[in-house]
Amino acid sequence: MVRERRAARDGRRAREFEAFVAGAGGRLLHAATLLTGEPTGDTEAAERLLTAALARTYARWDRLRGEDPYDHTRRTLAALFAHRGHRYRRPRGGTLARLTPQERLVLVLRLYEGVAEEQTAAALGLPVERVRAICTRAVTAMRSAAARRDTTGTPLSAGTRPSAGTSSSTGTPPSTGTTDTTDSRATPGATGPGAEADAGAGVKAGADGGAGAEAGAGAAP
Amino acid sequence: MSFPDRKETEVRRMLEGPHPALPPDLAGRAAERGRRMLHRHQVVRTIGWLLLLAAVVAFGVWAAIVEPWAAPPPTDTTPPLEGW
Repeated sequence: MVRERRAARDGRRAREFEAFVAGAGGRLLHAATLLTGEPTGDTEAAERLLTAALARTYARWDRLRGEDPYDHTRRTLAALFAHRGHRYRRPRGGTLARLTPQERLVLVLRLYEGVAEEQTAAALGLPVERVRAICTRAVTAMRSAAARRDTTGTPLSAGTRPSAGTSSSTGTPPSTGTTDTTDSRATPGATGPGAEADAGAGVKAGADGGAGAEAGAGAAP
Repeated sequence: MSFPDRKETEVRRMLEGPHPALPPDLAGRAAERGRRMLHRHQVVRTIGWLLLLAAVVAFGVWAAIVEPWAAPPPTDTTPPLEGW
């Protein structure tokens, strides 16, 4: 009796999951490919990332309680990528290959998936101003790359940002890749450094405010 | 607000490139991995419940044998007070 019910539930879950992947898998795989920075023809790392995210969605399928499985998979995908982001620093020739993993993640969530700024910030554990600054910087980098490609005729995948190469060759610890705030890359474009400085100031002001509040609380009694 | 929107639209169009082909066995692989994950969670949950049950039984047996609530009240703890 219990066994029959469980078998029926397993079958239903498998059918629903298969239908979900058949419908949403292409778009999710494209998002994963953008994240890993791979070209369209060679999506091995993206497939691995997506399989891990989809397996977690499958394991949660019966307890989603009305939540959109696409949302859950996307959130898991972003979390897995943020966790393993340092593995994807090496440029592989995809559309976003010249961006850092964090810039790719913000760009894909904000522009490709259309997630709101606040939700992106909450998902990545960053302040909203920082998400906005990263997005602006990534958009500027992408547009300048496209402009350069149009004028010189070199393919997008051929060029990497020069400082990205030097930072990886000097042995920067990979774990700082997703969280570094003092990235001194020479971004071609006017809005990049300014926006970054704004974000840094905002974080610093927030930290100062927190310290001040703490000091005030300590002095009150 | 139209200026950054135009830029973002431009990049959005760049992101909408050719879609990679979805491997036909990806759903099956993910489902198999998810099934294993689910099974592992169920095993861990079962072990947890069994441990809790064992702890409750052990406490019941100990309480029935020792009867800690039946200890005599400490009456003679203070020495008798005499001579004043």
